[in-house]
Amino acid sequence: MIFNWFRKREQLLLPNYFLAYQESIANTKKLPIEETRFVVFDTETTGFLRKKDRVLSIGAISLKDNIINVNASFEVYVKQKIFKAETVPIHGILKEGKFDKITELNALKLFLKYIGNSVLVGHHVNFDVQMMNEILKRNKLPKLLNKTVDTALLYKKSKHTIYQNEEKHYSLDNLCDELNISKSDRHTASGDAYITAIAFLKILSRLNKKGDLKFRDLLA
Amino acid sequence: MKNTISERVYDFLKNYPPFNLLPATKILEISSEVKIIYLEKGKVLFNQNDTNHKHFYIVRNGGISLHKNSQNKRTLIDICDGGDIFGLRPLISKENYSLDAIANEESIVYGIPITIFEAVSENNFKINKYLLTSFASTSFDPYTNEQNNNIFTDYISKDNLEYSNLHSVNYTKKPLKCTVKSTIKEAAIKMSAQKIGCIVVVDDKCLPKGIITNSDIKNKIATGLFSIDTSVKEIMSSPVITQSKNLTVLDAQLQMIKHKVGHLCITVDGTSNSKLIGILTNHDVLASLGNNPTVILKEIKRAKKTKEIREIRNKVNLLLKSYLEQNIPLSHISKIISEINDSVTIRVIELSLKKMDTPPPVKFSWMALGSQGRKEQLLYTDQDNALIFEDTTQEDYLATKNYFLKLAGHVTKSLHKIGYEYCSAEMMASNPEWCMSLSEWKNQFNDWIINIDEKAILLSSIFFDFNHVYGDITMPKELTTNIFKTLNKSSRLFTFLGKEAIASPSPLGFFKQFLVENNGDHKDSFNIKTRALIPLINAARLLTLSNKISEINNTAQRFERLAEVEPQNKELYQSCSYAFKALLKFKTKQGILHNDSGKFIQLESLTKEEKLKLKRCFKPIREIQEVLSIRYNLTI
Repeated sequence: MIFNWFRKREQLLLPNYFLAYQESIANTKKLPIEETRFVVFDTETTGFLRKKDRVLSIGAISLKDNIINVNASFEVYVKQKIFKAETVPIHGILKEGKFDKITELNALKLFLKYIGNSVLVGHHVNFDVQMMNEILKRNKLPKLLNKTVDTALLYKKSKHTIYQNEEKHYSLDNLCDELNISKSDRHTASGDAYITAIAFLKILSRLNKKGDLKFRDLLA
Repeated sequence: MKNTISERVYDFLKNYPPFNLLPATKILEISSEVKIIYLEKGKVLFNQNDTNHKHFYIVRNGGISLHKNSQNKRTLIDICDGGDIFGLRPLISKENYSLDAIANEESIVYGIPITIFEAVSENNFKINKYLLTSFASTSFDPYTNEQNNNIFTDYISKDNLEYSNLHSVNYTKKPLKCTVKSTIKEAAIKMSAQKIGCIVVVDDKCLPKGIITNSDIKNKIATGLFSIDTSVKEIMSSPVITQSKNLTVLDAQLQMIKHKVGHLCITVDGTSNSKLIGILTNHDVLASLGNNPTVILKEIKRAKKTKEIREIRNKVNLLLKSYLEQNIPLSHISKIISEINDSVTIRVIELSLKKMDTPPPVKFSWMALGSQGRKEQLLYTDQDNALIFEDTTQEDYLATKNYFLKLAGHVTKSLHKIGYEYCSAEMMASNPEWCMSLSEWKNQFNDWIINIDEKAILLSSIFFDFNHVYGDITMPKELTTNIFKTLNKSSRLFTFLGKEAIASPSPLGFFKQFLVENNGDHKDSFNIKTRALIPLINAARLLTLSNKISEINNTAQRFERLAEVEPQNKELYQSCSYAFKALLKFKTKQGILHNDSGKFIQLESLTKEEKLKLKRCFKPIREIQEVLSIRYNLTI
């Protein structure tokens, strides 16, 4: 009883946009791969420290049945107080840059609305999910609830057992080379999201040679 | 909001027609609405008879093959490569797809919503011109012939084009008409009396209600479907498409394609509620435009002097250039150009015959050899030709031979004047060695086949691509039959042809670098003819000869035929055919750019994309050479 009461109170404190997100997750149906909406996303950050670094931009595209609609892509730049000059050469986002920036909270709201109950796909997706979870935490909200697929792990899986190398680390650049994907727009959130999406589709088709790939094969 | 992905799409689209004809803002507008579609190899994008998607497609990576299905037979029509557009025509004419589109390899295509494209390109003159020419060019394609009638247009210079297209049409005033009360017989009598192929059916107020053409009479009356006493209302096509008299040539063509009609009724205010004042047929449209292949062919046929032919032939290079700019499939281009080349030769022979004092003593036939024989000659090249004359008695032989040598002398001289250089190896009918009687030719070929050696092969191989151009057609056929008969006995020739085909190794060196010339004027440039085209030409010749396939000389077509004959190698042969067309197009473009034969390519002048495309064409060359080495036991 006490437990119940406690949960109820927590739910009451949640803002509407998060409740809507939770509800969409709760209503997720099991679908075959070709009907599943995947959101491939990438974040550009000030660095790799989960607690200290901040998200500067989020790029995401959605795909269903091997089709990406350009007008349904997602791209935001985030205002941050924390700024590290040394990572600017990588992502090219200046503190007072030319892009329109929005607050972290607004970026979060838009992002949750965009992803809904889709499956999140990313290259080393855990890092990007953690960075999003930190934003949620700063806004006193629970973690992301979506299923995730990591293209780095998926790629390893797609290789023949003989060539699989558990130790080998596959960067997005490695993947581009091996799958023959052009690397333009590398290191912008949207550009990386797009490249990851193409890599994801290519890996899927390699895994699905027999035509019997199930959704659960993608997870872990 | 910033959209990096659409910028990426924009960066690609801006390089390709028709998008490159649009201003940047419009391309960006299109880019942000694009669908990016990933297709694994063998995946179907659309099938023949599917209702059209609301998108047309441009290939981003990989290749999409287009197939036509008819009576359980599947024919490859084209392979679309990076930057090629497909699936547009059905959207404009509002039809179902007429082809299958299948990923030939792993591919990414962009789907472009037609609504957006139409909105931004509306009234864009250049875009309309592009669309028209690219559709019109398919009228040479036997598969679309029927839908297309004769709306075929090409233009020489841009000024000329603007003039002729923005010009109002010259329609036929006082069209032939009959009232709705007439019978078919009455209408037909009018048509036949006036020698006119169509009649407009009007009501009491002279408003156009329908139209009857020759084909209606053929299809509906002559077949017995309707009797000749039937009212014209029963068989007329109705309603008619009406336009006002200020219609431009360009609009007229678009309307005809859009509505799939060959006739437009011209009325006072352009609607069907006003009086009929004239009629416009697709022939009128054609006549408004001076320079299209049909007109050029007619001009050649009527030319009276070599000089005239030269002027007409010079226009052809401009035509060729505009075709290449507009990315029209090479198979169409080479069909048109070789048709023109052949008729130039025919006309020259006709004129030369007039210069002779007497008509030919016996039947003869003029043959094209080499690239003209293979119908692959796009730019001016050397003339390679030969002449066969009928066997004569011993005593008449010398006089006959001299007659034809003199005739051939006139012909080659005229061809030279027109722009076809003399062959440096003297492989011309004016050379006594290549102006022979039928039995001499038979012996010559038998000798080549049986007593072949390293030296003879160099000389003889182009003779195996002979193609009849003028005169008696039975002698070349007899020669072909004879060749295949002799080939039965010996396969020595195959070994030599095979050696020739693999003589020039893969155009890529060990480190996947292009092999370039080491010395001479063209040091450090890549010789696309000897390194890439010749190996394919030689391979196709050898394989068709050994498969006893006759009367197909074109290298691309030879490979297509081979794909049918040897289904186990279908994929390789099809990619050879495709690679050949791509390489020939490349060579022609280079030739036009540098005003030469296009043989030598300056590698640094190529973009990365072009280099990649070239390299991709080399893969089948290596593969076909491997097949040949094994099949004919050749060691390199």
